Amino acid sequence: MNSRIFHIASNTFREAVRDRVLYNLIAFALLLSGAAVFVGQISLEIEKLVVINLGLTAVSLFGVVIAIFIGIGLVSKEIEKRTLYTVLSRPVRRWEFIVGKFFGLAGTLVVNTFFMAIGVFAALFYVSHRFIRADALIFVALYFAVLEFIILCALALLFSSFSSPLLSAVFAFSLFVIGSFAEDLRSFAGMAHGFTRWLATGAAYLVPNFSAFNIVSSIAHEQPVAPQLILHNTLYAFFYAAMALSGAVLIFENRNLK
Amino acid sequence: MSRRNTSIVAAVCLVIFLGGSAALLHHSDQIRPTTAPEDALYIDSPKFLKRASLGYQGLLADIYWTRAVQYFGVRHHNHATNYALLAPLLEITTQLDPQLMVAYEFGASFLAPAPPSGAGEPERAIQLMEYGIQQNPENWKLYYDLGFVYYMNLKDYRKAGDAFARGSKVPHALPVLKVLAAQMAEHAEDFATARILWSATYQNTRDELIRQNAIEHLRALRVDEDVTHLQEAVSRFTGRTGTLPSSMAELAAVEHLPGVPVDPDGRPYIITAAGRVEVKVPADFPFAVKGLPPGFKPELPRFHPQAK
Amino acid sequence: MPAIEILGLEKSYKVGFWIKRPRRALHPLHLTVEDGEVFGFLGPNGAGKTTTLKLLMGLVFPSSGSARILGRQWTDPEVKAQIGFLPEQPYFYDHLTAHELLNYYAQLSGVSAKDRSRRVESTLQRVGLKDVRGVQLRKFSKGMLQRVGIAQAILHDPKLVFFDEPMSGLDPVGRREVRDLMEQLKHEGKTVFFSTHILSDAEALCDRVAIINKGELRGIGAIDDLTSSVQGKVEVIWHGAQVPVSMKALGAECHITGETVRAIIGEAQQDAAIDALRREHLRLIAITPVRTSLEAYFVEKLQHAESKARTAV
Repeated sequence: MNSRIFHIASNTFREAVRDRVLYNLIAFALLLSGAAVFVGQISLEIEKLVVINLGLTAVSLFGVVIAIFIGIGLVSKEIEKRTLYTVLSRPVRRWEFIVGKFFGLAGTLVVNTFFMAIGVFAALFYVSHRFIRADALIFVALYFAVLEFIILCALALLFSSFSSPLLSAVFAFSLFVIGSFAEDLRSFAGMAHGFTRWLATGAAYLVPNFSAFNIVSSIAHEQPVAPQLILHNTLYAFFYAAMALSGAVLIFENRNLK
Repeated sequence: MSRRNTSIVAAVCLVIFLGGSAALLHHSDQIRPTTAPEDALYIDSPKFLKRASLGYQGLLADIYWTRAVQYFGVRHHNHATNYALLAPLLEITTQLDPQLMVAYEFGASFLAPAPPSGAGEPERAIQLMEYGIQQNPENWKLYYDLGFVYYMNLKDYRKAGDAFARGSKVPHALPVLKVLAAQMAEHAEDFATARILWSATYQNTRDELIRQNAIEHLRALRVDEDVTHLQEAVSRFTGRTGTLPSSMAELAAVEHLPGVPVDPDGRPYIITAAGRVEVKVPADFPFAVKGLPPGFKPELPRFHPQAK
Repeated sequence: MPAIEILGLEKSYKVGFWIKRPRRALHPLHLTVEDGEVFGFLGPNGAGKTTTLKLLMGLVFPSSGSARILGRQWTDPEVKAQIGFLPEQPYFYDHLTAHELLNYYAQLSGVSAKDRSRRVESTLQRVGLKDVRGVQLRKFSKGMLQRVGIAQAILHDPKLVFFDEPMSGLDPVGRREVRDLMEQLKHEGKTVFFSTHILSDAEALCDRVAIINKGELRGIGAIDDLTSSVQGKVEVIWHGAQVPVSMKALGAECHITGETVRAIIGEAQQDAAIDALRREHLRLIAITPVRTSLEAYFVEKLQHAESKARTAV
């Protein structure tokens, strides 16, 4: 990797870690340990189910919130505070700035997920006192969660490259919600006719398809995950994030920084 | 690299990756049935969902309603014979939003009838209607739907009559409920009664699927009625002449029918060598009981676009 | 080779929500700044100074025109390794310390790893932030942030620095320090291009100035030329609160303040005036040529342009 991209990425990582991510980890730890102790006392049969469901859902939610709320500020905040001026007046290309920001945030999310994952496994161990083979599936769910964050942070960056933080947040969050219902959107497109069908099909292929990434409930019920799904999701996340990033570069390269 | 070159590279990447992700989605649509777990409903407790919706129950109900319609629509389109999730989906929808009338209507039309036209669960349909009545005692449509299920799917005319009678006491109820309640006692089997019911369903719904279903049944009813009358004419003809009529034209001439009788699509009815009156294209009348060749099984109820 | 050559840079923005109308932020600008000069870019607020700087930094793109910086095309990324830029009212990453921030900027500017720490330390020393190098920037005052801004602009030892309103938000001591720093840069042979609306700063520091208003260049020239003695008059100041009769005969207008007297006379009468004072045993304090102030020049240029605009209408 080009050294300037690396420096921008590591600086973004450092900013993010010092800014908000630490609070998130504390909140996550409190939530999970509280829940583990609580369900450990009340339910015998489903305690493990609850810990997995709650833990993985919390990982996903915290990650989504961080991806969106840091992602939307990455570019627009730097324009607003004019820190970008001092960066772009150096031998830094605009696309390097965007790519560096992306890797910085993606790295933050990976590390953050890593720590939250430790929390999930600790809580799991607390309630069931041992690990079984099927618990390895949790890694797959965590991996999918990370892929989802990467798509979201590329999208947040894309919106951030042309609109205000508030609007970017609204856009990114709406896409997250729509993306979670992408499967329904596509089956709707399959049933519609005429112009509606055309529109719905276009939208269905354009919005991020998050439905395939959420396997928390099936993991909790120890259902196996098809290897094709892992490959498919990996490729999809790569393509989609790269697409959003190209869009962000395209917009940002030609933008007047008023 | 200049700004223009960077922009061109970015635009090319954008197109390539967009194409790649779309192709991948398309591909996954092809392999889905083998990889994705089939239509699992992981959260099947409406009470839990209601709490989990954090107060956005209305929205969640709408989402579940959409899913119920899609679930039925897609499977219906694919000639499925099993609609195991229709009942839970409708139950969750109505628990989340007990005032969502169209969900009850949908249940009455598609939950009770035997496959392939419905889920074949009349008991659950009745539970759904009773729940709806409990939530909305002032709405006559639910009593109507309840009676409808009793009448059409269980052939329990006494209970159907009760339901219609209960409904007719609700303020602003459709007058036809009173008529239906009376008909149930003696004329339950009459074509007229069935016609009143399907017409009322047709006129009082705004759901396209339910409306088309009613149209199909009205068409089938007319065939049943026509064929019954024509079969009687054939019997009279045979009684008088000792032979079977050779054609519909001959039957019409001898029995003084007003012209050669035609089915709802305008095609003349035909008489087989064995003297049976039949429609020309049986597949067009999947719900008809009479006028079909012996042993004919309709493949699926195809809905006709707005044919009356 | 000139340090900066601006060849007709022009910028129009589209304004309006539905119907876009172009609004000219900068009329085609031609300007040359020589190597080693301190060049002041003057104008009231909103005159187009910042727009010009942003165009030169590649932050906004010109509608037409081009520029050369240090002999290269201004968009060439290689150029940027040799220039420093201080934006107006700079603001930096809240959660970094001054040291970390400068280290980051040094990395981006391509300062080699072995020089980096030395350069960061010496720059911190130079702007007087050595004692607070480990404090996060969110705890910095406005004046301290301005110093950080100057530090990041000179960090990588650039040949050419651009300062946008470098004195704004500073107290008198801070202004003094920034002035001294700019003089040092000049002695080191750097070219300094700075924008300001404070004329005394420009008068004290600049070799040459340009005046811009409403996006248009109004005047340009060396400070000495712009403010050279006019009408050939001198100011004479002496001690002892009396005006000799012979002095009055020279036609001087005199102002008495306490024990000192100021008189303005023609340059030719300078010697006669000195003799008159000697005769009366009055102590001469100073004789200086009378100059037009830069302010007077500035106001004249702006008013002239306005009246021209009015007659044009």
